[in-house]
Amino acid sequence: MMPNGAKAIVIGASAGAVQALSQILPRLPATYPLPVVIVVHVPADPSGLVALFASKCAIRVREPDDKEPIESACVYFAPPGYHMLVEDDRTIALSLDEPVLYSRPSIDVLFQSAADSYGEGLIGVMLTGANEDGAVGSAAIIDAGGTVLVEDPEHAFADTMPRAALARCPSALTLSLDAIADRLAQVGTI
Amino acid sequence: MDATLNQPASEPVEEIETYLLLEALHRRYHYDFRHYARASIRRRLRQACQQLGFASISMMQDALLHDEAVLTRLLDFLTVQVSEMFRDPGYFKAIREKVVPHLQTYPSLKIWIAGCSGGEELYSFAILLQEEGLLDRTLIYATDINPTALETAQKGIYALDRIATFTRNHQRSGGRTSLSDYYSSAYDRVVFDRKLRERVVFSDHSLANDAVFAECQFVSCRNVMIYFDRPLQDRALGLFRDSLSRRGFLGLGSKETLRFSEHADAFTEFVREEKIYRRRDA
Ligand SMILES: C[S@@+](CC[C@H](N)C(=O)[O-])C[C@H]1O[C@@H](n2cnc3c(N)ncnc32)[C@H](O)[C@@H]1O
Repeated sequence: MMPNGAKAIVIGASAGAVQALSQILPRLPATYPLPVVIVVHVPADPSGLVALFASKCAIRVREPDDKEPIESACVYFAPPGYHMLVEDDRTIALSLDEPVLYSRPSIDVLFQSAADSYGEGLIGVMLTGANEDGAVGSAAIIDAGGTVLVEDPEHAFADTMPRAALARCPSALTLSLDAIADRLAQVGTI
Repeated sequence: MDATLNQPASEPVEEIETYLLLEALHRRYHYDFRHYARASIRRRLRQACQQLGFASISMMQDALLHDEAVLTRLLDFLTVQVSEMFRDPGYFKAIREKVVPHLQTYPSLKIWIAGCSGGEELYSFAILLQEEGLLDRTLIYATDINPTALETAQKGIYALDRIATFTRNHQRSGGRTSLSDYYSSAYDRVVFDRKLRERVVFSDHSLANDAVFAECQFVSCRNVMIYFDRPLQDRALGLFRDSLSRRGFLGLGSKETLRFSEHADAFTEFVREEKIYRRRDA
């Protein structure tokens, strides 16, 4: 059921994010045909996510500057303290707008803008987390014709975020981390 | 079959409404948001619609055209006023350590804070210059398009609960004095010393419409151009280049870069990590 016309992946995660992402990102090859744009809630100081994942991953990992073109075969982590949005010309737009649900970066803000830009070509992935950020954004992805995968709350480190997403999006797919990794790794190879 | 089926997919109605509202705003009030980064504008118009109680962007446009009070409220949605004193302390530290020695060689200085918001960045500069013994010979231009923000900047009054962050940032920026030397507190607010703004010119100036007005040795424009699209960013950077004196300095926000601009070649990196550039002159 994975859409063949997939153009981009967006991922949202909070508490337990590093563990969960460690099961997914290292599975993506250096030539991965899509960009992967990620919001992780982190304390306001330098996140170290880029250094951490660059050492584990074949795919390129970056913390983008404003207006950076979004390229395939690259993972983008939102810079701490900024919202990260996708522009229609497929560049990164950063913003200092007020936090949403106490979070900046916010998953909702990323997902909503990516849904506007990629429409049905977007795959959203909701992972572990202890608040409800991302539920509204996931609904926006579905409304725009995209696909949403949600980590199985039964096995998630923190289940609030995946549960909130599923409550808003009945048509989202509930999958184990492993299954999510499989699906993402397969995208574009079929 | 219906002939419309052969036409390209139609533009979403919200896009048409957004385009028309920005056009109306420009024609009626000369505020030009037509070249702001579209994803952010979309988000803020949706918020404005919701919070101001309009059923659609078109309804909001109708109110905007006929009622000037709506303009002020809409401006607060369209211009983001999030700021902090000594935001990114490393930036101010780099200015102290690497730029100030150059500034000291000038008998008089002009500094332009473009997009100064409520003045947090301005007072940071004024205090830094005072600490480095440069304030007396410096004229500072503080410009913005948001009238409420400019008013706040002119008063220099902030909520007391923001001072802890300001103080911590100031210390991390290499501050030589205590921030409390520069303000007095009254109830839940603090007022910054008027001496700091004696040589400050506050002015309504838009990077989208207005021209260069002075020759400066330093331009600081932080977290303003992230809200612009690339052509508008290029316009603003052109103004900065033309405004800077020979080998003058340009400071940007910590996630902003000249890399994607047509003016990249007009500048050299001066302190790379802190996004401080210098005009390239032979
Ligand atoms: C996020 S604040 C940045 C404040 C401060 N420079 C800082 O970095 O903390 C952005 C500011 O840019 C101003 N602004 C937006 N469009 C502008 C324009 N066309 N010309 C000048 N200022 C503008 C807004 O009113 C707002 O005060």
